[in-house]
Amino acid sequence: MQTPTYPTAAPPTYTPTHAPAHPVAELPTHLAAELRLPTNWLDYAILAIYFVVVLGIGFAARRSVKTSLDFFLSGRSLPAWVTGLAFVAANLGATEILGMAANSAQYGVYTVHWYWIGAIPAMVFLGLVMMPFYYGSKVRSVPEFLLLRFDRGAHLLSSVLFAFAAVLIAGVNLYALAIVVEALLGWPEWVSIVVAGAFVLGYITLGGLSSAIYNEVLQFFVILAALIPLTVLGLMKVGGWDGLTDSLTANHGGDFTTAWGGTGIGSDNPLGANWLTIVLGLGFVLSFGYWTTNFAEVQRALSAKNLSAAQRTPLIAAFPKIFIVFIVMIPGLVAAVLVPKIGTAGSDLQYNDAIPYLMEDLLPNGVLGIAVTGLLAAFMAGMAANISSFNTVFTNDIWGKYVKRDEEDAYYVRFGRLITAIGVLASIGTAFLASSFSNIMSYLQTLFSFFNVPMFVVFIVGMFWKRASMKSGFWGLLAGTTAAMVNYFVLYKQDIIGIPSDQGANFVSAIAGFVAGAVVMVAVSLFTAPKSEAELRGLVYGTSSPGMEEPAGEGDDAWYRRPALLGWGAVVLAALCYIPFSF
Amino acid sequence: MSTTPEHPERPEHPERHGYSEHDVHREVTELEGRSATAARLFDIRRIIGGLFVVYGVIVTIAGFAASDADIDKAEGVNINLWTGLAMLALGLFFLAWLWLRPVVPPAPADDPAE
Repeated sequence: MQTPTYPTAAPPTYTPTHAPAHPVAELPTHLAAELRLPTNWLDYAILAIYFVVVLGIGFAARRSVKTSLDFFLSGRSLPAWVTGLAFVAANLGATEILGMAANSAQYGVYTVHWYWIGAIPAMVFLGLVMMPFYYGSKVRSVPEFLLLRFDRGAHLLSSVLFAFAAVLIAGVNLYALAIVVEALLGWPEWVSIVVAGAFVLGYITLGGLSSAIYNEVLQFFVILAALIPLTVLGLMKVGGWDGLTDSLTANHGGDFTTAWGGTGIGSDNPLGANWLTIVLGLGFVLSFGYWTTNFAEVQRALSAKNLSAAQRTPLIAAFPKIFIVFIVMIPGLVAAVLVPKIGTAGSDLQYNDAIPYLMEDLLPNGVLGIAVTGLLAAFMAGMAANISSFNTVFTNDIWGKYVKRDEEDAYYVRFGRLITAIGVLASIGTAFLASSFSNIMSYLQTLFSFFNVPMFVVFIVGMFWKRASMKSGFWGLLAGTTAAMVNYFVLYKQDIIGIPSDQGANFVSAIAGFVAGAVVMVAVSLFTAPKSEAELRGLVYGTSSPGMEEPAGEGDDAWYRRPALLGWGAVVLAALCYIPFSF
Repeated sequence: MSTTPEHPERPEHPERHGYSEHDVHREVTELEGRSATAARLFDIRRIIGGLFVVYGVIVTIAGFAASDADIDKAEGVNINLWTGLAMLALGLFFLAWLWLRPVVPPAPADDPAE
């Protein structure tokens, strides 16, 4: 199989915003120097307007923050289309965009798996099955649900790990932004780190989650305005879709342009994974872990105005998600045609350079400014999603439950603003650390990425099995995380078992973590006490709590707002999308 | 990190373990009652509409002023013109949606103090 040229080698793995791994590929690299964009005053004017609007949103949202619920969850009052677009945008960070284009340049059309099987089913499951428990129980965070369902051990463990991971990922986004901006615009790294950090700090301390969500919605449209022209021009340059697939087939073989070619068990493909590990590891364990328990995502749904809107949040997000793959994958494939040696020693360009390279090659001033703005906006939104979920978990779940309980509400708003500032400063520090110790950072990211998997086990067992005991949550989390890490860092890295690529090892580690977590939970439950029926009301499948009988909002009974229709519609559409790429 | 949770920190509810569903429910319901977001948060459609109209106009003008070099670079397409017009249309769509279907904010909470 082909060997990536970056030193620490991990090709983009899953879980972009929370525990990503695209930056694993990005960290040690510098974008090639010839990528400096020919920006002029027009592009900078477009960028400047965006920064003004971003801060303006913060100032304008400030007057809506009265209680801690306003600051951390937008008062649970936003409409579904806003939370839905924020849900997809929080994941559409620039590390995801550059990373998935890189993935396509390296592996080809396999990238669609990260979207159609690796996102849609999990998003639909979150909306249809899990959201009634999340939203109906009125919890303010994912760890708080664990506190109600299990005990303080599970709660504290998940809160602390999440808080660490969120700051780490925010810092990584900031560092990735600095590298890209340095290459494209020539700003020194420290300038971009400080400027972007200051803007995120500004708009989140002012307007809280409402600011973050509104900016994500705006970023969603700007990034579309940047990527769609790039995709269209890229396709024209290589002679349309047919020209693209012909060139790729000639250079990389027929499997490069199919979704499932070469994924039979025992056969060889660059991804290092077969259909079973793709379906189970990526499609089930990794993707469900990321989409259903990562608070940076779930928080968007919890801020919706009623249960119906909360359910529709990930379902509305699913539809753009199905199609976003095209405007990310096609530029990557086009780059693979235009620069056949991309990512190898024969070229200065890394896989991650795919989109910047096309921007430089194809976009005139004007649209170029939109594209630069879109990338910067996506980096900032990726950071902001992590900061806005970090401040919520730190304030509500760590400080408010274990350090200063029962203070007046205004105290927690003030504390939330303070901890936002501390979180941003910590990410700026992390970003500077990353620039000197990129290997340690990629190691830490991989480590945290294994935490989502056992979280999902604990949720799934806890939600569907009443008997799962109080203590089983903590031990399931611990055992699952340990098993995934042992499989990855010991068995795979020490070559005790042979898996052909990091990507494949990731999938297998996730499956190992899932199984270990589930087995330990069952074993611990058999020997320890369950929670009483009364305490489980509204938290376990088949029960309901008083909050669930809230009246439906006006117009929520319209047929096109029915969650089941939206959810199954998305699943069917994703399955149909596979057809042209399967034969 | 503490591994063993302590349960009996609330002697008045000996049967409950730590924070219960009722506490969360009561707290959040009370906060929802005092929340100001629904009444005071501006409508994002105004911002999207405004920004995209401004961007659309700027980029469309850049399209009208496009040099031959610009057009050659973009595969013979006047990409600024088309992108600008599309952004303008999106901006106008959001403004029209806002105008046709304004959100009526709920009656202000009975707390005029702020």
